[in-house]
Amino acid sequence: MTMLRRMAGVWLPAYAALYVAFLYLPVLLLPVFSVNTAATPRFPLQGYTLKWYEDLPHTPALLDAARNSLVVGISAALLATVLGICAARAITRYRFPARQPIQGLIMAPLVLPEIIVAVSMLIVLLQLGLSLSLFTVVIGHVLVCIPYSMTVLTAGFEGFDRSLEEASADLGETAFGTFRRVTLPMVAPAIVSSLLVSFTISLDEFIMAFFLTGTEVTLPVYIWGQLRFAAKLPSVLALGTLLLAGSIILLSAAELFRRRAERRTQAASIPLA
Amino acid sequence: MTAVAERIAEIGTLRSRHKSWMRSESAQGLALISPTLIFAMVMLVVPILVVIAHSFWTQNYLTIDRTFTLEQYRIALTEPIYRDLLLRSLWISLVVSAATVILAYPIAYFISFHGGRHKSLWLFLITIPFWTSYLLRVMSWKVVLGFNGVLNSALLGMGIISEPSPAFLYNTTAVVITLAHAWAAFAILPIFVSLEKVDRTLIEAATDLGDNPLRSFLRVTLPLSIPGVVSAILIVMIPTVGDFITPKMVGGKDGVMIATAIQAQFGKGANWPLGAALSVATMIVVSAMAGATVLLLRGMARLAR
Amino acid sequence: MIEIRDVTRAYGTFKALDAASLSIGEGEFFSLLGPSGCGKTTLLRMIAGFDNPTSGSILVDGQPMDGIPANRRPTNMVFQSYAIFPHLNVEQNVAYGLKRRNLEAAEEKRRVEEALAQVSLSGLGKRRATELSGGQRQRVALARALVMRPKVLLLDEPLSALDKKLREQMQVELRHLQQTVGITFVLVTHDQYEALAMSDRIAVMFGGRIAQVAAPKEIYQKPVNRQVADFLGGMNFVKADLVEEEAQAIVVDTAGFGRIRTEKPAAYRSDGGNATLGIRPERLRVLWDDETASHEVAGRVIDRHYFGEITHLIVEVPGFEKPLSVTETNSFGADDIPVGAPIRLAYDPDALVALAD
Repeated sequence: MTMLRRMAGVWLPAYAALYVAFLYLPVLLLPVFSVNTAATPRFPLQGYTLKWYEDLPHTPALLDAARNSLVVGISAALLATVLGICAARAITRYRFPARQPIQGLIMAPLVLPEIIVAVSMLIVLLQLGLSLSLFTVVIGHVLVCIPYSMTVLTAGFEGFDRSLEEASADLGETAFGTFRRVTLPMVAPAIVSSLLVSFTISLDEFIMAFFLTGTEVTLPVYIWGQLRFAAKLPSVLALGTLLLAGSIILLSAAELFRRRAERRTQAASIPLA
Repeated sequence: MTAVAERIAEIGTLRSRHKSWMRSESAQGLALISPTLIFAMVMLVVPILVVIAHSFWTQNYLTIDRTFTLEQYRIALTEPIYRDLLLRSLWISLVVSAATVILAYPIAYFISFHGGRHKSLWLFLITIPFWTSYLLRVMSWKVVLGFNGVLNSALLGMGIISEPSPAFLYNTTAVVITLAHAWAAFAILPIFVSLEKVDRTLIEAATDLGDNPLRSFLRVTLPLSIPGVVSAILIVMIPTVGDFITPKMVGGKDGVMIATAIQAQFGKGANWPLGAALSVATMIVVSAMAGATVLLLRGMARLAR
Repeated sequence: MIEIRDVTRAYGTFKALDAASLSIGEGEFFSLLGPSGCGKTTLLRMIAGFDNPTSGSILVDGQPMDGIPANRRPTNMVFQSYAIFPHLNVEQNVAYGLKRRNLEAAEEKRRVEEALAQVSLSGLGKRRATELSGGQRQRVALARALVMRPKVLLLDEPLSALDKKLREQMQVELRHLQQTVGITFVLVTHDQYEALAMSDRIAVMFGGRIAQVAAPKEIYQKPVNRQVADFLGGMNFVKADLVEEEAQAIVVDTAGFGRIRTEKPAAYRSDGGNATLGIRPERLRVLWDDETASHEVAGRVIDRHYFGEITHLIVEVPGFEKPLSVTETNSFGADDIPVGAPIRLAYDPDALVALAD
């Protein structure tokens, strides 16, 4: 019994700290070696430099990839969020037959081996006569993003008190006015959060982009290509660091919006104890 | 309290009894979800059906012969090269899911029972690395484990080894470590959710009835968190079996998995039906393995009581 | 002001409301009282326009409401959950409906402040909805509806989320507010004391039907049937044999109270010579020492429950099939009567009412 107490008191927090270190250390090595003068990532560090970053804007292929990633990310985020809104609203507001299986199907890409999803889409898109392009990548990314978008939005829509919309109608507002003045402001943070999360996932996604793209590549596919050349590793580390920083900033913003959404819906429902 | 309960009961009886109203609500709900559903059908269900269809066909150079045959499955399951790849993939995903879940459980437990006010901060901390690019995370493990990598240079620097060891990278262990790292959050979150649902008074009741902390954990907390463990195992095991990046980057010759073979069949001038059969066989076998693991776990949980 | 004409709301074969007819007058404080599932909320929501009758019609101020959506009806509602918009502050919540009316800014501000003053929330206009207590939320919900100057204010269990003390205070305030603004209030509640304390008239509902519509005192003292009598508070039921049935009254014989002549309830059906009489526990009075009354029964106390200001005595009286319950204030020491003591009770024959089953 005392042993277990000690475990809870000392060992568990220590283990948690160790685990977080295991999660973060490898990732944090990227920024560390991206400012190291040596061309290979090894200890001891040689010296501080920003030259790997300075080279980045002078690589046209990289700039193209960045532009492609941006286009794909924005399109995928918008489409996935629109489709996510439909699904999340239907699930939180209505009861309908086969609700669970439908929800399971929409969430399925999350738990299927990505490569199988990717090659399946590849076959169908090719047989439909579509040539591989950024458009096909967007379609693949929307499929991968919807489960996340739907999860974020469902959490935001849940607890949305239906009587708020009724109150608005009761006070003379039309259906459209109610949507604009009550529904939208209430769920806006969740929508923004969904957009940010979807964009980040698209930005970082590799498998779908690898299989479904034609000649135009996204950033992860570009990085994949660069990894064959050992000499390119430092600049890949620099690029990876930027991508990492971008992702973390976007996700922190998404988390802030998610919390705001949570506060809104919680505030709306009075504690009926 | 009673008023609310009554009101809920009132609404409840109304809901359960009123078919015509249900019908119109059903129609609205289905209409609203249909765009998303149709997208998922066209981009997921149809493609998977097409793949299944292909797995029963054969390819003659550039044309597909659509006579039904199980030949591709015979190749996928008996040709040593594919059979070994499949077995190794299954073994790796089994080890990875076991390791990930065992490592994740204490963290989920810690956050749920000792996270205090910082629960959501801890969760955010745990999920951040997972949100970042998978490719970049695998790349950083390559940097850590490589011949000229961090681990070797650090060990050299500390004088523990005299020359860089090639043992860390390009083998099964490297693949397992990288995957366990990559899927950590996916294992922690479902376990955390199921631990959160454990009514704390149940543990107090067990203590009140004479259980010490270890026994109340084994008899109450653990069995009640089994649903979370089950979904953690499923959510890690099934996707990892088809992982492509990790074996490619840190697996070397010993760490090649089935995804590499599948990709090869869908590359230029290769064999779609065989790739399809490999995909379908992988899915079926891994589902069977996951199902067996889940049953085994439930059985063990029942014994613990 | 409101006419409910033969309104039925059916869901498949289940009727949430079954051929209800009702007439609510101008400036009346009217309560719909009943247990959960009796159809009171369904009726209120149909008046508001959130639900539509399967058959029958609803008229507000002489206008049929068929096909008129909630946002174009001259009614406003205070929701059970209050439904305060959490993204708006108090002022913005109250002004929500006025925005559609294109008032001048000054006029809008004046009306918002007037409404806030009516519910004693002056000065809290800038508070966020999240910073309000339960009672304050309720007041905001009231102000938000009143500022629209509706012909009818609908209140759906508005006090059920408040604690007992605040609830009692708000009952008084609501009644006072209604008298000040003078518009029709329709209140839904399952709390009989709330309905009795606030209403001009009450409709008691069971299973989708309206059982009785009357003023509080009449509902309490002269319930039409046992269900209504039971729902409004304790009552002693006494079996009786019918002696004579007249147009307005009946004469019955009872074992304990003897021969009684009483008003005939509207729903009364002579049931093979049997009848039920009822008397409220507080209409039985303890007789002390050698005090006598023109009508009395004698028995023995078999149980006693103490409630602070009153004591509840259970008295066994020869001739009655069930013990009588008696509530007596403790001013004269009813709480000191020992169990087992002999006791005499006075009653007024007029307090004995005939009940339909």
